[in-house]
Amino acid sequence: MLKITLDNLPKLLAALSELGELQVPCENKSGKVDFEKWNAEKRPRFDITLTSKSAKDLFFPQVEDLLAFKTKGKNLSIEQIMPSDKKVILMGVRACDIKSFELLDKVFLKDPVDTYYKARRENTLIIGMACSEPEETCFCGSFGIDATAPGGDVTTWITKDALYWQANTEAGKTLTEKVADLMEEAEASKVEEQAAVTKAVLEKMPLANFKVAGKIPQDELKTFNSKIWEEISAGCLSCCTCTYVCPTCHCYDIRDYAVSDNHTERYRCWDSCLASDFTKMAHGNPRKTKVERFRQRYMHKLVYFPNNNEGDFACVGCGRCLQKCPVNLNIVKVAKALEVSEDV
Amino acid sequence: MQKIAELMRAKAVELLQSSKAERVLAWRAGEFFYDNAPAAFNDVDACQEIVYNEFCPANLAKYLIEATKQQKKTVVFLKPCDTYGVNQLLKDHRIKREYFYAVGTPCSGMLDVKKIKELGAKAITQITCEDNKVIVETPYGTKEFAKEEVLLDKCMMCKGNEYKIADEELGEKLEPIQFVGDRFAAVKAIEAMSAEERFAFWQEELSKCIRCNACRDICPACSCEQCIFDNQEAPVGGKAAADDVEEQLFHLIRAYHVAGRCVGCGECARVCPQGVKLGLLNLKFIKDINQFYGAYQAGEDATTPSPLVSYKENDPEAEEAVQRRG
Amino acid sequence: MCNCGHHHDTLIPQIGVITDICTETADVKTFRVEKVGGGKLFEHLPGQCAILSVPGKGEAIFSITSSPTNEEYMEFSIKRCGSITDFLHYEVEVGQQIAVRGPYGNNFPVADKLVGKDILFIAGGIGLAPMRSVINYMLDKRADYGSIDIVYGARSVEDFVRYNELSEVWPAQPDTRVHLTIDRPQENWQGNVGFVPAFLKDLQFTPDKTVLLCGPPIMIKLCLAALVEMGFEKSQVYTTLELKMKCGVGKCGRCNIGGKYVCKDGPVFTCDQLDEMPDEY
Repeated sequence: MLKITLDNLPKLLAALSELGELQVPCENKSGKVDFEKWNAEKRPRFDITLTSKSAKDLFFPQVEDLLAFKTKGKNLSIEQIMPSDKKVILMGVRACDIKSFELLDKVFLKDPVDTYYKARRENTLIIGMACSEPEETCFCGSFGIDATAPGGDVTTWITKDALYWQANTEAGKTLTEKVADLMEEAEASKVEEQAAVTKAVLEKMPLANFKVAGKIPQDELKTFNSKIWEEISAGCLSCCTCTYVCPTCHCYDIRDYAVSDNHTERYRCWDSCLASDFTKMAHGNPRKTKVERFRQRYMHKLVYFPNNNEGDFACVGCGRCLQKCPVNLNIVKVAKALEVSEDV
Repeated sequence: MQKIAELMRAKAVELLQSSKAERVLAWRAGEFFYDNAPAAFNDVDACQEIVYNEFCPANLAKYLIEATKQQKKTVVFLKPCDTYGVNQLLKDHRIKREYFYAVGTPCSGMLDVKKIKELGAKAITQITCEDNKVIVETPYGTKEFAKEEVLLDKCMMCKGNEYKIADEELGEKLEPIQFVGDRFAAVKAIEAMSAEERFAFWQEELSKCIRCNACRDICPACSCEQCIFDNQEAPVGGKAAADDVEEQLFHLIRAYHVAGRCVGCGECARVCPQGVKLGLLNLKFIKDINQFYGAYQAGEDATTPSPLVSYKENDPEAEEAVQRRG
Repeated sequence: MCNCGHHHDTLIPQIGVITDICTETADVKTFRVEKVGGGKLFEHLPGQCAILSVPGKGEAIFSITSSPTNEEYMEFSIKRCGSITDFLHYEVEVGQQIAVRGPYGNNFPVADKLVGKDILFIAGGIGLAPMRSVINYMLDKRADYGSIDIVYGARSVEDFVRYNELSEVWPAQPDTRVHLTIDRPQENWQGNVGFVPAFLKDLQFTPDKTVLLCGPPIMIKLCLAALVEMGFEKSQVYTTLELKMKCGVGKCGRCNIGGKYVCKDGPVFTCDQLDEMPDEY
């Protein structure tokens, strides 16, 4: 294990930014902390546990151009807008968000591979950061995630005075060799102490005992036909906030944008199964009401996705939906309702 | 507030038992002290779960559209400021009076958990409110805040403790938040900017938008059967912006569309996950309308037509209006 | 496909050219699509779909109407019902290049489970489009299958898609019968009048046939009920689902029903499979 004092941290960040585009949590003008390209003027906010938006944007951006159509009379040409080959170093990613990459991989890297996602994924080196001040909305432990050991190509821990650094993968070791000069050898004891304190705090959090695995019937029709849906969805506004801040939601739309009469750009953008037109066809809509759309989102996260992916729920317990839902509805409330509902 | 919650539960039970209504709209407790959610309560037993405290900011007015569609007589608990939205929906013919029973619910200002967190309270395990103190427990110790520090922005512009529509009032009215200062100060600051500065300001502000539509979906003035932004056939339909202009269009079109009908409830800014200063656009319209046509408060009642849809001989001509605005 | 030398993403279409447009009915046209310079854009199996693009209007998924045994071109029979299909109907002429990607989805099991079986096709309206691919495939490999019965209903005589094939080409094939019905009586129509489910019962099919069923959702539901009443097992009945689709590869989430993605795991399902899925189609 290596370490660098926090006073010297800017030197490490500068060195990393020479090796690729360095993305770290930074405060933007609106006071929100999100992953942004680092430069010497920007102060990283590693003290913030969760970025406002999830880190999925780095691999699955909200809007992404796919191709351009050019027309000339009856003739058509297609220019693919190629996937990004930019090298990115993504630093300060929490355990929950790192787990979300694994879940998104199950969608986008499954045959046929999404080459846009794959290119970004392969060109990005991930530096995880252990949590030391979890929030009450955190429940990554419910999914077996250890907030104090986030993984990534490199894992880092921040204490009062230093950043500790441990390479995990070959790519992480290669990176470490390039910046090791700036750091000194360190004992793991400080990090272990911090992890023990964090775990003790996590145990006091309101969601410490919240579990999903084994609590919700994984029988699709049984849970689908549960009596809870109408009542629990009553407060939902059908906005897309939960979907858009969720690190695992991956629904998208493909749309055309007319640049001029003979030039069209095709892009894909985030979409949400909560949107009224998501399944709307010319001759009807199989999910006509909010209840059905609300149910789809949670059925997908809690039943369909795990059934198709070795039991992995499409949730990492980051708690962003708990923080951001305008009416305080969220996956914890739904999972608990499904659990207690007698005839689920 | 605890006493009010008890009154609410009793009132809900009474109204359901007397068959005055089929269901009740109120708030249900969440995982924490602060995450109460709007909820429907369909029977007497369920009504025992009704909660009320300093964390019930959501206006339940919008849910009355569904009640009207389902033709289900619904009891709705309304804080004084919520009643403006209900009147506006009535005026817009989006809800019907016979389908709801409004119970005025006292309020002394709602708190903003985001502010509490921004002031450094991490991992909140309990929040207690005593008079003007807010005491927050965390594993790292107890923090104490003055109520004014952690009030919701929308409560800083409190319209008072009068119910503009109510079939009955619950208990005694509470002291409203004393609104101090100029409601339009922020708008004036923007007006004072140069065109370039103003453009840059809005570009920065609106570029934060992630097009979740929460502002629209909570807004009591946004009640179209189908929003143009949800229409795949419309050129502006779509969940994300193809370019920055589209995001700006979304908010500008929305602001224009609700002009004269926006009750200034501030819910759009409260629900924005990105902290876009959305209410400012609407406040600008309110300020202009007041200036051009005389003071007007949308939702004050359910009948007075908005100055933008009524004609008076002394209405300023467009040119005059532009000049007056300077 | 463009010649840039890159490996293209599955979301990137190829360029095809429309070489023929046949007006079938007042609201259905059949478009013949070939590679620029001739030949098929890609191979497919009966029941599979392709996504057609109209630049500026977007994409829509259609079943491939032509048989895989057709080695020259692909056909799409398309009913006018939205902005993309409006464009195809009103704006597109022969020689127009369009973007096509595919093939997507599963197929009717023509190479295994259907081999040697007596086949009963039931189609309503534009539901004939995916059926035509299978019917012509089976007729081209006639010896591999038993008897073939085709029951097809349309609103009126004018609404039959590809009437000459229905009335002359198919009935002339060995052990092949076509049973047509229209919704309301019409002058000079000698055939059956009435809806498909009732017609099915009149025809008194024995439940030893394998059924391929395609049409509007309500027709599918009523036909299935009639078939079950006639003694058919749901596992003997294949049908196709139609849902809003965008990506075609089971990622965008739009056609997700239960654990299935209709664009990838469908569109072909047996009716007993449908019973295990939430009723959201």
